[in-house]
Amino acid sequence: MGMTMTQKILAAHAGLESVKAGQLIMANLDLVLGNDITTPVAVNEMEKAGFDGVFDKSKIALVMDHFVPNKDLKAAQNCKQCRTFARKFDIDHYYDVGDMGIEHALLPEKGLVAAGECIIGADSHTCTYGALGAFSTGIGSTDMAAGMATGQCWFKVPEAIKFYVTGELGEDVCGKDVILHIIGQIGVDGALYKSMEFSGPGLKNLSIDDRFTIANMAIEAGAKNGIFAVDEITTEYMKGRVDREYTIYEADEDAEYVQTIEVNLSEIKPTVAFPHLPENTRTIDEVGDVKIDQVVIGSCTNGRMSDMEAAYNILKGKKVHKDVRCIVIPATQAIYMECLKKGYLEAFIEAGCVVSTPTCGPCLGGYMGILAEGERCISTTNRNFVGRMGHVTSEVYLSNPAVAAASAITGKISSPKEVK
Amino acid sequence: MKAQGFVHTFGDNVDTDVIYPGQYLNIPDPKAMAAHAMEGIDPGFVKRVNKGDIMVVGQNFGCGSSREHAPLALKEAGIDCVIAKTFARIFYRNAINIGLAILECEEAVDGISAGDSVSIDFDTGLITNETKGETYQSEPFPEFIKDIINKNGLMNSLK
Repeated sequence: MGMTMTQKILAAHAGLESVKAGQLIMANLDLVLGNDITTPVAVNEMEKAGFDGVFDKSKIALVMDHFVPNKDLKAAQNCKQCRTFARKFDIDHYYDVGDMGIEHALLPEKGLVAAGECIIGADSHTCTYGALGAFSTGIGSTDMAAGMATGQCWFKVPEAIKFYVTGELGEDVCGKDVILHIIGQIGVDGALYKSMEFSGPGLKNLSIDDRFTIANMAIEAGAKNGIFAVDEITTEYMKGRVDREYTIYEADEDAEYVQTIEVNLSEIKPTVAFPHLPENTRTIDEVGDVKIDQVVIGSCTNGRMSDMEAAYNILKGKKVHKDVRCIVIPATQAIYMECLKKGYLEAFIEAGCVVSTPTCGPCLGGYMGILAEGERCISTTNRNFVGRMGHVTSEVYLSNPAVAAASAITGKISSPKEVK
Repeated sequence: MKAQGFVHTFGDNVDTDVIYPGQYLNIPDPKAMAAHAMEGIDPGFVKRVNKGDIMVVGQNFGCGSSREHAPLALKEAGIDCVIAKTFARIFYRNAINIGLAILECEEAVDGISAGDSVSIDFDTGLITNETKGETYQSEPFPEFIKDIINKNGLMNSLK
């Protein structure tokens, strides 16, 4: 029996000829990632267990992005602990205020992740790098500690669902709508413990940013990882960023999939996930009258250049509704700079938005946009759980950047068509 | 290894944001995390829970974030074992890695009610509902994972 793309990468990293679904393996890691909230717990675990060293200082990335610039004293202490650890072990890829960005936008941009690699990160959205054809998955702080100390991680080899992609995206539709559509179809545990493997003729119509967004939210369907077949779009993106050898893995012809789902991009409409689960999806024409108090455009899901461009195209020359606070957060310093050079920031500010330095802040109810009792937010982030962005009675609606920007103008969830 | 205690029940898709709200992620000390366990869904939970209690929950428990704060808070609050129909995968491995016992058993979740007294034998996977006089058989863990649990977590097993 042949192997899926994920199984091939895992086999290669476990030093095995082949693996099969359900098998427990120990895999060698190409990169271990942590952020300012998960790294302190990992560092404490390492110290408690008596480890005084890391397996490879060039294969660890620490990104201060959740609560920075430090939101309070505890956050300041946590970042200080990460900084001290990074200096002590001379960690090559330590990103702090000034050069940091949201981790899952930053690592691909810096060329730290590549096709065929085996990556763990103490952040659930680490599955983002599957967009480049890597096996990449979220783990907790203890796995991160063990990974930093030993360079290895245990895995149960996953089964896979094949998503056969056809067609092309319509106007105002992007990767976010594709993944929300899929989660709406299969549910928040529809891919539990499994890989989501994307292939088919429609991939050529999905930009690398669309793929990052889709792979990013594989976790919201319960998946272990989301992974895309590597093509010219992938290799073009890695060119000039990844300066080391990488391996392109392809699924075997006779690889076993527990299910095959066809995704016709041409049929997907702008999609909104209603509270309080990402599976509660409605297409934009089914939304009805939903007034909003806040808009967030950013995050590891939708804070990349194409997302900023989609928001800019809607917001330029327009005004944010008087009852709405619109927060725009470019995901990295490079994206921020490009927005500056292209005049996007000026357009956002003239429209009445606030533009923040990179941070995960509002997405997880950390800071920079906490919701009060009963408030509603439409957000390009990834989760709309109870209390996710603030008070337990507040509500989060998930959408793409064009829908979020249009809603900022009208004050209610709106199709981009309404404001063009 | 055995556990015995009274049961607290929760439903399907209980996410890590309600198990441990994001605003407290700046707390790195597990003992301090315990004060906020289940705060997003049941603010009175920490006051009701006693050491050795057991949680019985539905499908996809612990979905969402990778925050280890979620299983750590439950463990420190006194929970000895979580029995679910299914766990979200990161919560599943986090629980094993930090030494919080977990079991998947649909039959047990359907049979057990809040307040029941339940005992668990982890070697055999047998769950006994002492209140109702019923037993349920869960799949025991593979040896590899049993070893991590018996050594009280991943870091200890690496020593």
